[in-house]
Formats: sequence, C-alpha cells, structure tokens
Amino acid sequence: MKIQLQHLTKTFHSPGRKSSGEVVAVNDFTFEIPDGQLIGLLGPSGCGKSTTLNLICGLERPTGGKIFFGDRDVTDLPPELRGVGMVFQNYALYPHLTVRKNILFPLENLKGKDRLSKEEMARRVDEAASLVQIGELLDRKPSELSGGQQQRVAIARALVKMPHVLLLDEPLSNLDARLRLQTREEIRKIQRATKITTVFVTHDQEEAMSISDRIVVMKEGVLQQIGQPQQVYDDPANLFVAKFLGTPPINVFDGQIQGGMLHLGGEAVLPVPGIPDQRVTVGIRPEGFLPQADGPLSCTLSGVEVMGRDISVVASHPACQSPTLRAIITADAPVDRSAQSVCFALKPEKVFLFQPDSGCRIRSVP
Amino acid sequence: MRQERKAWLYLLPAILFLGAFLVYPLIDVFIYSVEEGYNFASQTYFGVGLYNYSYVLHDPYFLQAVKNTFLLVIITVPLSTGLALVISLALSSIRPLRDLFQTIYFLPYVTNTLAVGLVFMILFQKTEYTDGLINLMIQWFGGSSVDFIEGPYWAKMFVLCFYTIWVVMPFKILILTSALASVNPDYYKAARVDGTSKGRIFLRITLPMISPMVFYLIVTGFIGAFKAYSDAVALFGTDLNAAGMNTIVGYVYDMLYGDSGGFPSYASAAAIILFAIVLTITCINLLVSKKHVHY
Repeated sequence: MKIQLQHLTKTFHSPGRKSSGEVVAVNDFTFEIPDGQLIGLLGPSGCGKSTTLNLICGLERPTGGKIFFGDRDVTDLPPELRGVGMVFQNYALYPHLTVRKNILFPLENLKGKDRLSKEEMARRVDEAASLVQIGELLDRKPSELSGGQQQRVAIARALVKMPHVLLLDEPLSNLDARLRLQTREEIRKIQRATKITTVFVTHDQEEAMSISDRIVVMKEGVLQQIGQPQQVYDDPANLFVAKFLGTPPINVFDGQIQGGMLHLGGEAVLPVPGIPDQRVTVGIRPEGFLPQADGPLSCTLSGVEVMGRDISVVASHPACQSPTLRAIITADAPVDRSAQSVCFALKPEKVFLFQPDSGCRIRSVP
Repeated sequence: MRQERKAWLYLLPAILFLGAFLVYPLIDVFIYSVEEGYNFASQTYFGVGLYNYSYVLHDPYFLQAVKNTFLLVIITVPLSTGLALVISLALSSIRPLRDLFQTIYFLPYVTNTLAVGLVFMILFQKTEYTDGLINLMIQWFGGSSVDFIEGPYWAKMFVLCFYTIWVVMPFKILILTSALASVNPDYYKAARVDGTSKGRIFLRITLPMISPMVFYLIVTGFIGAFKAYSDAVALFGTDLNAAGMNTIVGYVYDMLYGDSGGFPSYASAAAIILFAIVLTITCINLLVSKKHVHY
C-alpha cells in the first residue's frame, strides 16, 4: 500500500522547558512511499524519526497535515483501523506469554465479523512463525530466546494480522554486530516475500543504505533528502547528508574558489567551472583521492592501515576541518609508506561543494 | 576447608541472633504448649500432653477470636487489595494533581494507629449525648442510628474491617503505583497497535506484569490480618473478650497478661495454633501463585 504524508507536523509541549515551551519533532513532511518498498528513516537520535513512525502507526496524532494509505485518509484513525503492524525497539514481547500466545494476541483482539475461527487463528500463527523460521520455538517463553529470535517473534506478531504497512523501530539496535548483518538480510527477505510496504527507523546509515529501496534522511525534525541509497550517497543535498552517510565519513575542508579553480590551503586542486569566486566548505569522499606523485593536494602522511583489498591512508592537511583525513585507495596503489608526505589528485565526482554557513550544496553549472 | 570455616564465621552473627531471638523462643513456646498444669510461680508441671490445645480449642473466647480473625482476614484482604489496585490504576492514569493525591493516600500510613482508632471511635460511637457523625449521616439518608462501638456484632465487625482496610491501604497503594509505573509503556503501545480493549489490556498485560507485587501484598496482607490486635484495642478497648471482638493474638495476650491471665501454657498453645494457620494459608498462597504469578 502506498503511503503519502502531506505537510505532516508534530509539536510537543514540554512543560519542563519554560523558555521554548514547544518542540517541533516533525516539521512539515511531505513525501510518498511507493507500494511494496522498504524505506529507511535515517537520522541522528532526536531527529524525529521515531515520531514520524508513531504518526504513521497512529500512536501519535499529528498537529497538522495528513496521512494517506492508498487513497484512504487515515489521519484520524486509531492504529487498529489502519492495518499496521509494528515492531518495537525492545520488541515488547509479553514476557508471561509463550511465543505462540504472543503471536496469537493480535488475532484474539479481533471482534465481530473480523473474528477468526480457532483453526484459522492457529493456521495464521503457524504461517507467520514459519515465515520468520521460529516454528520450533512456539512453546517457549520470550526470556528463553536469544535477541535475534525475539526479534523474529516480534516480526511474526506484527505480520500475523496481515497488515498493509509494517513499521520497525530501530529493529537491529538491540542485536550484536554479527546478528545485525544476518537479521537485516532477513528483514529484507521477509519484506520481499510479503511485499508489504515497510518503514524502518535507524540511526545507522550503513544499515539503512544496505537494505532500503529508499532512504529518508532527517535532521531536527526537518526532511533533508529522499532517494535511493546510492543516489543520496553520490549526490548529497547538503553538508549534513554528506557527513551522515558513508564509512569512513567524508573529509571536510575549508576551501576557496578563485577563477574557476578550487583552492585548498593555497593550492589549486580542482577545476570547478561556472562557480563564482567565494569561500566554500568542501567534502571529499575517502574514495575520491588518487595517489599521484605530481598530484596537486599534498598532505602530511601519518600512517597507512591495511584492510586487505584496500588500504586506508591517514594523513593531515592544514585546510582539513578535522585533525586527520582518510583516503581509501586500492592496495596496489603506489604509496611510499616511509615518506613524510603524500600527494593526491581528486576525482571530481567525489568532491562536493557547500556554502560554509548554511551547508547548502553548491552545484557547478556545466 | 579454610573457606568453609570463614563462611561459618561470617554467618555466625546472623545464626546467633536468629537462634537466640527466633528459633529458641519458637521451640520454647512449643515446649510450654505441651506442658500440662504448668505453674508459673513454682515453674513445675504435671505432665506432657495435648491438654492445653484441647482446652484452648474448647474455650468459647478462643473460638470467638478465631471467628473474628477469620472474618477480618476474609473481608479485609481481598477488599483492601482490590481497592488499592483500583485507586493505583486511577492514580497512574491521571496526570494533574497526581502527587497531591499520592500524598493524601499515603497519610494514614504515617499516622498513629491508636490515634486513628480514637478518631474512628468518635466518628462511629453512639453515646447519650451524641449519635456521632456516621449515625448523623445514616439518619440523613433515612436510616436509624446504630451504636457501632458497643452495639450489635455486625456493626462492630463492620467498623473493625473498615478501620483495618483504611489502615493497610496506603502501603498497598504505594507498592502498586510503583509496580504499575515500572511496566514498560511499550507493552501498552504494542497492545494499542493491535487494538486491544482496555479490559483486556488490564487482564492480559497489566495484571500479569504486576502479579509478583499483588502476590506479595496478598501474602503479607493475610499474615498481617491474622496477627491483628492493636486495631481491635484501638476501637474497643483492652477488654476485647467482653466486647466479643477479640482476635487470636488478643487471646494470646489476654492469656498471658490479661485480668484472667497468667496461663503461659494456654497462650503458647493458642500461639502455636495461630502459627499453624498462618503457615497453612501461606503455603496455599504459594501453591496458587505458581500458576498465576509471573516473575
């Protein structure tokens, strides 16, 4: 089911803070989630992504704006009438009920004509359980399960009602690193199998990029950028998005445009045609450096970290905003590890220019 | 070996104190209770047997005390726990003035039992000069006045139960409000997403989640009510047998120090019977809890 948010706004009153009084958690969101896609809501903590999820779910009422599921306006509907399934960060499995009863719980709430027969309920529970491969755990209590298994039970409980929309709040943050990789693939697989429009919240950009069809980057309640993960990575709308996506993070420099050339610390490093002379903030992706003996950007070499396929060059440059910069280059690149300095040429498509104050992207006009 | 000796050394203070003040008296009471014809002055006795138990179990005052105690337990434990749960649920669902109400509900806990008893007596008593506030209210609603303190048995029992519930509620409310507050709100959110009705949320989620605390209150409530004594004294004075409002603990006290007292053997037998009753009830509680309490 297609989800549409129109000028969605949510403000909270905070009686504790006398000065401001109101906190805008979600500020004028307008975007569309196509049917059957997996969407990652991405942002640092406190950016309003969980609030957005709660608004879609119906646990929170918006201060302004509308939410549509398909063509149906669900803004004023309670969660149970929206047809949503939700998985909570801590899974919220009822500890006193067995896995089977936990999954059964939502079905037992159905009343009137929606009420299912006992056999139908049991069949649906088995179906949901086998979808997430927990068939053999049905008679255990949640406390007897591992974190990953609990997660699957929570997903099964959300899916058993056959919702139109599946919502996951930080689904992987309570798992250890190895399980996280495995579980995110699992979520992807389940989503593909069920074709349910799925929205999940995360602060981990790697997680969001790796499994989402689209990512929605948020900051302080304001929508920053929406797009396919690769597209957002390759073409960030502003400095925040550029910094937030990518590991290792993007290297940020203070630069200057003079006569169509980008200068970093006095050196002209890259031609930037069509951009007027001004001070700029420059973001260079770690993979945007090319080691070259006569490269225009010369940095002081601090070390080289071997990662197998690639090597990571740690260096410093006076114009860089952080003490060290990091370049990822192929392992066979000619880098003299004993040298004091290293020179780079830059890949133009990996260099982004931003306005120093607002962080807005400056695009060159060809 | 060294380790073991150390362990015993650390346990020694607790063992000494518990032994001297708990285990020894318990055994001593048991011994007293089987010594027939014990003489307090000469510290002699005729023989060993169960006569003391037989005497106590045939004493109408004791039977009255047992009846009173059981009535008190059966009425006040469920009522006070249930009411406390209702009040705690109400308290945790309101936001404004919650602290104020919590303080008000907790006040009876810090007031003196005897002082409260005196107030209750004044409220309920009917004298030649005044009918008392409660009777005044009964008359407003067209009822005829009753002397709750020196009148019919049911009226006295009513006051005793009312008073006991009033005294034990604050602690229960305190425990239950904190138990309710400790339930993770995500459970309620998950239940809301699934469209769970309020009643079902309470029965299937809230109650099982706070069941250990409810169980604790029921067990301690039973024990506390079986040991009731000061409440009855506060309302009806020290001659409880005459008032027909004695409790088991009151009977034990009267047998030891009352006007007709001086019978440690009978008192001990009664105490052992009380001990057996409380032990049995607590065991039943524990058995029942296995099925219904979720830790």
